[in-house]
Amino acid sequence: MTEIRGLYTLWLREVKRYLRDRIRIISGVVTPILWLFIFGTGIQFAGSIGNLNYQQYLFPGIVGQTLLFTSMFIGISVIWDREFGFMKEILVAPVSKASIFFGKMLGDSTDALIQGIIVLLLGVLLGILKDPVMFLKLLPIMVLMTFGFVSLGLTIASFMQNLESYGIIVSFVNMPLFFLSGALFPVNGPNVPNWLQTASTLNPLTYSVDALRQITLGQEWHPLFPLYYNILIVLLFDIAMIVVGTLALNRRK
Amino acid sequence: MSKVIETMDLTRRFGELVAVDRLNIAVEQGEIFSLLGPNGAGKTTTISMLCTILKPTSGTAKVSGFDVVKQATQVRKSIGIVFQDPSIDDRLTGRENLYMHANLYGVQPSEQRTRIEKVLELVELENRADDILRTYSSGMRRRLELARGLIHYPKVLFLDEPTIGLDPQTRDHIWTYIEELREAQDITIVMTTHYMEEADRLSDHVAIIDYGKIVALDTPAKWKETLEGDVVTIRTKDAEKLSLIVADKMNIQKIHVTDDKIEIIVREGEALIPRIVEIAARNNINVEAVFLREPSLEDVFLHYTGRVIRAEGSSELRGEAAIRRRAVR
Repeated sequence: MTEIRGLYTLWLREVKRYLRDRIRIISGVVTPILWLFIFGTGIQFAGSIGNLNYQQYLFPGIVGQTLLFTSMFIGISVIWDREFGFMKEILVAPVSKASIFFGKMLGDSTDALIQGIIVLLLGVLLGILKDPVMFLKLLPIMVLMTFGFVSLGLTIASFMQNLESYGIIVSFVNMPLFFLSGALFPVNGPNVPNWLQTASTLNPLTYSVDALRQITLGQEWHPLFPLYYNILIVLLFDIAMIVVGTLALNRRK
Repeated sequence: MSKVIETMDLTRRFGELVAVDRLNIAVEQGEIFSLLGPNGAGKTTTISMLCTILKPTSGTAKVSGFDVVKQATQVRKSIGIVFQDPSIDDRLTGRENLYMHANLYGVQPSEQRTRIEKVLELVELENRADDILRTYSSGMRRRLELARGLIHYPKVLFLDEPTIGLDPQTRDHIWTYIEELREAQDITIVMTTHYMEEADRLSDHVAIIDYGKIVALDTPAKWKETLEGDVVTIRTKDAEKLSLIVADKMNIQKIHVTDDKIEIIVREGEALIPRIVEIAARNNINVEAVFLREPSLEDVFLHYTGRVIRAEGSSELRGEAAIRRRAVR
């Protein structure tokens, strides 16, 4: 019970901090609009992907991108906590390493998920997401996505000494994952070079975006992998990252 | 009296540097124990090991009967800590910080409210409890941290430099809270400080630590007794010269020279003053001023380490002065 309360209180802290940070929420609304509305419209008129509407194609990609970017960005809180001393208060508390990690990870995942839901709502407003049932189908996959990416962010942040280097490393991780995931353009098909196809299969975001797309596009989309396979890969990625993250966050000098 | 803390050859190295060197101390139930020493003496390293934040390189310690290496969780449950650097979440309110701490330390939800009200009252922050920490002054944050360290009724409270960087008024407040705590609760307090005044006013025992070793350990009163007598301070431009003459002619051992001051520790200092002034006059040394006072812990530290406790942001001049002082001794 003590462990659960410890975990809960750490979760609550992350969520409270997020909800009090207006700038983060605003940027969570504005950034996807830029992608969907401006980038999406521009590309739509420049060319097309098969017989798909580009905005329709792009939408799951932007959901994935939002989850990846916000999850990774939130990892920075570890460095803040260390820099401003709060980490010591947590690390010296009589709760287990697993509770500390899960409290923080679930809190950050909740924040990232809220950002993801904002994108879904934008999708409804922009007329991209038409069926409300999709909402419920997308959520569990999004939850699984945030666990892995948040854990990855927490892991990297645990090894970083300062905010600047974290920012640089994160963009080194974010950009390749984003570009090689099929979020912006298809990564399969006869015209896609082999190296790009291979690289994309090593990318967890590829599987999650493919899963999201199978739900939003349904029959119109020819999936890369079966849905269960995509979910299995994401799940394995989550487990691996949670184990690594727990160890990394609780390193003792 | 039982021992709440006992260290057994507690040692911590950082690479080549031995930060804490085979430390053996014992702290009694209910006392205030101070580790006094300059920055970098190993005070915080010692506390970090006792709080199980840092693993000892060798040796170990027992805190409230538990081993800091093998029973870290039990140790953690029994202690409260106020770190040297701030460790509160400045985006949350004071009360939220306290609730979070109560939850992390397994305080029953039914008891949380009462305890939080009580500690807020102790540090006089009831009226600001629902403000975001960012709006607090550094003194208020310190008080909140002190309050936080008490919510789970720790057996031992560690205070790492509790009043560092605070204004004199706030320092005095915090000292009063600490004194009240000792009166009202069955709590043992281990404190580090480099303020002589702080150690002197609050502690039952003071251990002087330097280069990771305990140089001396006793009660503040005993310290002063060790340096029985008075401290005579003479201000003159020819401090070096006068000190040599005084040491030679008057057969006095305890002399320290600091820039333009000589400090002599003797019994019946008032009787010595006319003689010193006379000797100075005979040697054409102009004495600007003479003071007489009782010895403080500062003098004790000087006596045992040959150095003045380094203040925050101490200058090289102090270092040089310290070397000169050593040479004269």
